[in-house]
Amino acid sequence: MKAIRFSLTALTLVVAASAAQAQISDGVIKIGVLSDMSSLYTDLAGAGSVAAARMAVEDSGIEKRGYKVEIVSADHQNKPDVGSAITRQWYDVDKVDVIVDTPNSGVALAVNQITRDKGKAFLVSGAASSDLTGKACSPNTIHWTYDTWMLANGTGSSIVKTGGDTWFFLTADYAFGLALERDTEAVVLKNGGKVLGKVRHPLNTQDFSSFLLQAQASKAKIIGLANAGGDTTNSIKQAAEFGIVKGGQNLAGLLVFLTDIHALGLPTAQGLIVTNTFYWDSNDQTRAFAKRFAERDKGIYPTMIHAGVYSALTHYLKAVEALKSDDGTKVIAKMKETPTDDPLFGKGSIRVDGRKIHPAYLVEVKKPSESKGPWDYYKVRATIPADQAFRPLKDGECPLVK
Amino acid sequence: MTEIFGVPTQALFGQLLIGLINGAFYAMLSLGLAVIFGLLNIINFTHGAQYMMGAFCAWFLLQYLGVGYWWALLIAPLAVGAIGVAIERTMLARLYKLDHLYGLLLTFGLALIIQGVFTNYFGSSGLPYQLPQEFAGAYNLSFMFLPKYRAWVIAVSLVVCLGTWYVIERTKLGSYLRAATENAALVQAFGINVPRMITLTYGFGVGLAAFAGVMAAPIYQVNPQMGANLIIVVFAVVVIGGMGSILGSIITGFGLGVIEGLTKVFYPEASNTVIFIIMAIVLLIKPSGLFGRAR
Repeated sequence: MKAIRFSLTALTLVVAASAAQAQISDGVIKIGVLSDMSSLYTDLAGAGSVAAARMAVEDSGIEKRGYKVEIVSADHQNKPDVGSAITRQWYDVDKVDVIVDTPNSGVALAVNQITRDKGKAFLVSGAASSDLTGKACSPNTIHWTYDTWMLANGTGSSIVKTGGDTWFFLTADYAFGLALERDTEAVVLKNGGKVLGKVRHPLNTQDFSSFLLQAQASKAKIIGLANAGGDTTNSIKQAAEFGIVKGGQNLAGLLVFLTDIHALGLPTAQGLIVTNTFYWDSNDQTRAFAKRFAERDKGIYPTMIHAGVYSALTHYLKAVEALKSDDGTKVIAKMKETPTDDPLFGKGSIRVDGRKIHPAYLVEVKKPSESKGPWDYYKVRATIPADQAFRPLKDGECPLVK
Repeated sequence: MTEIFGVPTQALFGQLLIGLINGAFYAMLSLGLAVIFGLLNIINFTHGAQYMMGAFCAWFLLQYLGVGYWWALLIAPLAVGAIGVAIERTMLARLYKLDHLYGLLLTFGLALIIQGVFTNYFGSSGLPYQLPQEFAGAYNLSFMFLPKYRAWVIAVSLVVCLGTWYVIERTKLGSYLRAATENAALVQAFGINVPRMITLTYGFGVGLAAFAGVMAAPIYQVNPQMGANLIIVVFAVVVIGGMGSILGSIITGFGLGVIEGLTKVFYPEASNTVIFIIMAIVLLIKPSGLFGRAR
């Protein structure tokens, strides 16, 4: 009798496990973290995004319930052609089911298209271009953490409203910079400001003095930095050297990450106003996450991109379990209809155009005297509620919106 | 106000000066490369990584030992130069009799390894290195605001470049070096220790790169990739100037800095490529470079 009962239990377990795996392609949920692993965006995404993905899988407990999950990662070197080649290889040969992160809008737009053609899933945390939920929106992509419209709306409008009404743009010359410039310019003009000039610099530039001199000559009150990562830190550092702020002009870092502030040091970065959707020191849950994360990522505290990777994958795995399938199109549809809830971003939702909705925070970088130590960098000045933080659905020109 | 192509002349002066400052870095780096190539026949692709190590060395000294900028200017080139000597003795010395390509592959591989290791430990965002107090502030030249440190960069680089040129082209030691490249066996026959001289020359070239790295630390982020970005440009400078030509690399370094600066005003999108366009043109017209002689 005992033996029969045992074999019955065993049989049920086997059936349960195989049911769970029935619709999972190759029996494995394969997650590909496609990021910049060697260049200017490595610290703000890169290896940290892989760590965040791993934490999301562990915390979901999905593996204990009979699913097999595998994480792979690759370096797209900020080149759309390299990123595309990896994406095709992953989908066609390595049977990757979902790609996450992908800083660099140029690469992300390429991956977005391939993912759609192959019917897989793409969870964007690193890239910024608002086109991902606009003209290029896709039933296979969710844009999770932030976008250029949100940054423009947060930082841009708050600066114009406090008197910074003439602008000069320093723009990274590729998809992301151009989108950020475009969205910010729209906000500046809408609020009655003027754009006096702009200069577009190649990605990954060392010396900004020539561009800064042009910005200085424009006499604009605000120099808007439509760039990111190392480009932003070098611009800010050299602007200080050339006495731009002392001369009465102000810098607007349109996209500045926690790791950029860390790299600049507070003496140089203090007073900058930045828009973020995640700050590690917000509540007990985010603090606990940050501490665990830092242990895994060389002591780096999580940026909003890292948090976004964690949160997006958490929601993705829930959808996969609910559907018992990792079919890209179906999972993304399921993710859109299910409200989101995770320890880092709280409760939220995903719109039909693929835009994840949550509040944004306008933060100011602390003075060195206000900071208690490394990574204690922000004080929140204002919270932009979720329904106002992102571009209204009707304005995005997304073909999925009817 | 008078204008040239829609840019006020005042602003143009400023841009010329900025170009000259960037040119100073190109000159210092290409000088080291030219010395190494001229005397060792090795194309030193590790140069960018060694420049980066110089900057990191300055950062280590300040961060862990509290040793400031001035001492770093002396210690970093010596320390990195010593590493260079070790590389030359253990690896490069075995390659002199082989084709250029082997030296190129070895040094390129080393550069990738060094940069990879630094990126692994220090990340990619870079580390802050504060400007020394002495250089806080700027000179107000009516047409622009010139940070004191940038003025210092131009002055130092001119001194270093001309000093090196003088030593190699005008002193007895320099004549030994030049003779050894022409015919090492003959020079050795006169009782001069040629291998040691070559080792020290490599160490000196590497030291120059590290020196430029320390000079760069306060204005650029101290970043594992800082050399990788620069080295390709510097190579183009050396090729345009003429491989191995000392004076050529100095003049081309400053000159191309200025041209790049002007590109940043008139068509900034091309500022990363203009130097390579010039390189292509020069190679078509004068394959041995502007100041090189055919070997």
